Amino acid sequence: MKKTTIISTFALLLVTGACKKDSAFLDVPPKQVVTSDVAFSDPNLVLSILADLYNRVYDFSGLDNGWASFADFSESFPSENGSYYIVQRTGWDFGSWGTWDYKYVRDLNLFIERATAATKLTDAQKNQFIAEGRFLRAQYYFELVKRMGGVPLITKSLTYDFSGNVEALQIPRAKESEVYDFIISEAEAIKGLLPVNVSEKSRATPAAVLAMESRAALYAASIAKYGATTPQVSLPGGEVGIPASSATGYYTKALAAAKEIISGTAGNYSLYKQLPDLSDNFANLFLDKSSSESIWVEDFKANGGKTHGFTTNDQPFSISDEGLDAGRLNPSLNLVEAFEKLDNSYAPMATKDGAGDPIYYTDQLDMFAGRDARLAGTVLLPNGLFKGKRTEVYAGYQLGNGTVISSSDATITQDVPGLGKVQVVGKDGPVNGAEFRTQTGFYIRKYLDPTVGSGRRGRGSDVNFIRYRYAEVLLNAAEADAELGNYAEASGYINQVRLRAGLTTPLVLTAANYFDRIVHERRVELAFEGHTLFDMKRWRIADAVWDGNSMSVADLVANIGKATKRSTQPFGLWPYKYYNPGNANNGKWIFKETKPSPVTGSNRFLLGNYYSRIGDDVIAANPKIVKQPNQ
Amino acid sequence: MKIKFHHILIGLFLAASGCKKDNYDAPTSRLSGRLVYKGEAINVEYNAVPYQIYQPGFATKSAIQGTFDPDGNYAQLLFDGTYKFTIPANQGPFMWKELPAGTRDSLTVNLKGSQTVDIEVTPYYLVQNAKFAATGRKVTATFDIQKVITDANAKNIDHVYLYVNKTQFVSGGYRLGDGDPPSIAGSAITGMNNLSLSFDVPNIVPTQNYVFARVGLKIAGVEDLIFSPVSKVTLQ
Repeated sequence: MKKTTIISTFALLLVTGACKKDSAFLDVPPKQVVTSDVAFSDPNLVLSILADLYNRVYDFSGLDNGWASFADFSESFPSENGSYYIVQRTGWDFGSWGTWDYKYVRDLNLFIERATAATKLTDAQKNQFIAEGRFLRAQYYFELVKRMGGVPLITKSLTYDFSGNVEALQIPRAKESEVYDFIISEAEAIKGLLPVNVSEKSRATPAAVLAMESRAALYAASIAKYGATTPQVSLPGGEVGIPASSATGYYTKALAAAKEIISGTAGNYSLYKQLPDLSDNFANLFLDKSSSESIWVEDFKANGGKTHGFTTNDQPFSISDEGLDAGRLNPSLNLVEAFEKLDNSYAPMATKDGAGDPIYYTDQLDMFAGRDARLAGTVLLPNGLFKGKRTEVYAGYQLGNGTVISSSDATITQDVPGLGKVQVVGKDGPVNGAEFRTQTGFYIRKYLDPTVGSGRRGRGSDVNFIRYRYAEVLLNAAEADAELGNYAEASGYINQVRLRAGLTTPLVLTAANYFDRIVHERRVELAFEGHTLFDMKRWRIADAVWDGNSMSVADLVANIGKATKRSTQPFGLWPYKYYNPGNANNGKWIFKETKPSPVTGSNRFLLGNYYSRIGDDVIAANPKIVKQPNQ
Repeated sequence: MKIKFHHILIGLFLAASGCKKDNYDAPTSRLSGRLVYKGEAINVEYNAVPYQIYQPGFATKSAIQGTFDPDGNYAQLLFDGTYKFTIPANQGPFMWKELPAGTRDSLTVNLKGSQTVDIEVTPYYLVQNAKFAATGRKVTATFDIQKVITDANAKNIDHVYLYVNKTQFVSGGYRLGDGDPPSIAGSAITGMNNLSLSFDVPNIVPTQNYVFARVGLKIAGVEDLIFSPVSKVTLQ
C-alpha cells in the first residue's frame, strides 16, 4: 500500500511537470546572441558594433597590412628573401589591388538602418551614429571605385524572398561618375551632423568627411580630364571613364571641400610645426598622436591589444630590438633623388664631378646636405640617427688604384693592404642578397617608432597610420586650383607645404610647370602613405612611368622631377670607404649608384591594370556585371 | 601492436582497391592553331595577348584563359564539346570583329578529338623580310613594313624597336640592355622598305656567342606590339 502511494505520487509529479507548454519549454531566447533591438538600445553597445566597422576600414598601405604593402612601385626595395618577387616580376596581375567586400557594405547598411529604427537612443546619438555609418560606407565605396571603377551602388540591405528568382538582387554596375557623385553627396549630407572636434582622430569628424570629399572629387576630376589620354580605358556604359566635360565641376567641388577645412570651420587644423629641426619635425608628425595635422587615423595602442610590426620589420639591422628581424623596407634612390635642393632645383645625387672622378665626402650625410628636409624625415640616411645610435652603411673599401674590397657580411673580415684583416662592409649593409639589412643604402624613417621596445615582436609599435592629413588637403587645394587656372592661389597652397619642408624660396606655378610640380610634390610629401598607385592611375601616367623597360644609371639621373619619368626598377646608392694612405681624401666616402642584384624584373603597367579584374565568380553570380576594359 | 603478415596483406588490398578510378578522365582533345593573316603567322609578345575559350550552355560562364606564344601559336587540352573562341577587347596588334552590341565576335569550334583551328585576324601592320646580321658584337636588322589596314580604322606607327635577348623570348620586358631600345619613331619613317636598326650587344654572363633578335612595331593607340619572327644571330 505504502509503495503504491509513493509510486503514484511520483507519477503525478511527473505528469504535472510535463504539463509545461511546449513553446515555453522550447523557445528559450539564446543567451549568446544579442538581438538588434537590444543592441541598439544602449549607446555603448552601438559603439562596440561601430568599433568593429571602423576596424574593417580597407586601406591600401597600412601599418597592420604588413610592411610589403609599402614596398612596391620602385619607390623601395624589399630586403627579404621571400619578397624579391616584387622586383623580379615584369608587371602585375589584372586582379591586383581588387576588392569586392559587399559583406562589409551590407553590415554598414544594416547598421545605418538599425540605428535609424532605434527607439531608445536620443536624436543626437542617433544622428552621430548614422553619420558615422554613412561616412564609413562612403569611404569603402571610395576604395571600391578607386580600384574597380563603377560598382553596384547598394545603399540599403537587400533581402531575398526565397522565390527562386534572384534577379532583384542582381544589381548592375553604376557609372564611375555616379559612385563619385554618391561619395560627394553623402559627404555634403553628413558633414553637419558630426561634432567639430580636432582632438578626435580615429572617429569621423566634419574634417575627415571633407578631406574624403576633397580627395574623391579630385580623383573624379583628374579621371575626367586625363582619361582622354587613354581612350581605351573606358566602357561604353560609363562604368569606367568619366566624360571630360565634368572635370571642371569636380575640381570646383574638390577645391571647395578643401577650402572648408583650410578656413577652419571644420576645426583648427594646421601643419605640424613643433620641432626646430625640420626633418625631425616631419618624422615626428607621424609619431605625435595629438598632432594638429592629422585628421583621420587608424589608431593603435601598445599593451592594449592593437599594435603592428612595422618597426620590428623595418628597423635598422644593427639597432634591432629583435635580433635578425629588421630592415625589410629600403627606400630606393629613385625616390631619394626626387627630393629637391633648397633652391627648388632638381639634381641627381652628386657622385662624380665633371671629369668623371668620384666626389669625396667627409661624412656620409654630407652627400644629402642642402636638400628638402623631408628627405631625412622620410628616409633614414646612411649614418642616420635612430634610437640614439647611428646606422653603419658601407659596401666596401675602395683603394687608390680603384680596387674594391668587399665581403658578404660584416663579420667576414678581409685583408686590406696596410690594415690587415678588417671589417669591410657595414653592419647595416649593403650587400647584394643579404636580407633584413638595406640593399639600397637607405632605411625607412617614416612611421619608425623610437619608443623603447617598439621593435620587439611581443610588444609591437603603436604609431598611428594617418589616412587624411592637413598637408594633403593643401595639396588637393593646390592641384584643383591650378587645374582651374588660378595659379597664384595654387602656389600659395603648395608653398605652405614646401615652407614646412625648408624650401623657403616660393615656387611659382604656371600653366607650363604645374602638372609636373604637383605630381612631384605629392610623391615626396606623401611617400609611403598609400597614394602612389592611385595618383598614377588617376593621372593616367602609370603606363608611362612603369613602361616595362629596364633602367640604366643614365636613365635614373635624367629628367628628375618630370611626371612621366620612368621608374621601373629600384636603385640604391652605395657608400664606399676610400682607403689611400697619403692621399688627401684617405678615409673619406665615395658613392656609387647601384642596382641591387635581386632586381631582375621591370615594372610594366598594362592598360588592363588601370581597373582591377572583377572575379569570374562575381560575374557568374550576377551576369549584369560588365567586365573591365582591356582584360 | 606488432605488424604481422596479414596486416601487410590488408594494407596492400586497401591500397590496390583505392586505385579504382574515382575521377573524370583528363581532357585529351587538343585544340591548337596559330594567329594568321593570309597564311602568314602573326608574331606577338610572350604572355601578352590573351584569348578566352567559353563553353556555352552552362549556368555559370567563365572562360578558359590562355595567352599566345611569341610565334602566335596556342594550344589547349579540352573535353569534346562546343566552344566559343574569342579575344578580349583591345588586345592584340590586330582587329577583331566587333558586334554591334559592343560585344566581341566569337568563333564556334565543335571539338571532336584533336583539331587545328587557325585564327584569322587583320593586323594593322606587318613586319616583313626581316634579316639580321652581326658584325662583331653589333646586330643589324633590315626589314620592310607593310601597312595592312588602310581604311578609316588605320592607325599610325608609334615606334619600331629592335629587341635582342639571350633567350628565345624577345620583347620589351625580355631583352639585353637597359633604357630605351634602339628605335625609329613613326614620324621619322618616310619609306616603308629597307629600314634598318642596330644594337651593340653587351657582354653576356655566362658567355654565349649567339643572341636572338626580332623587330617589334608599336602601333599608336594599341598596347600590344607586332613582331617579326625570332631569328638566331651568331656573334663573330
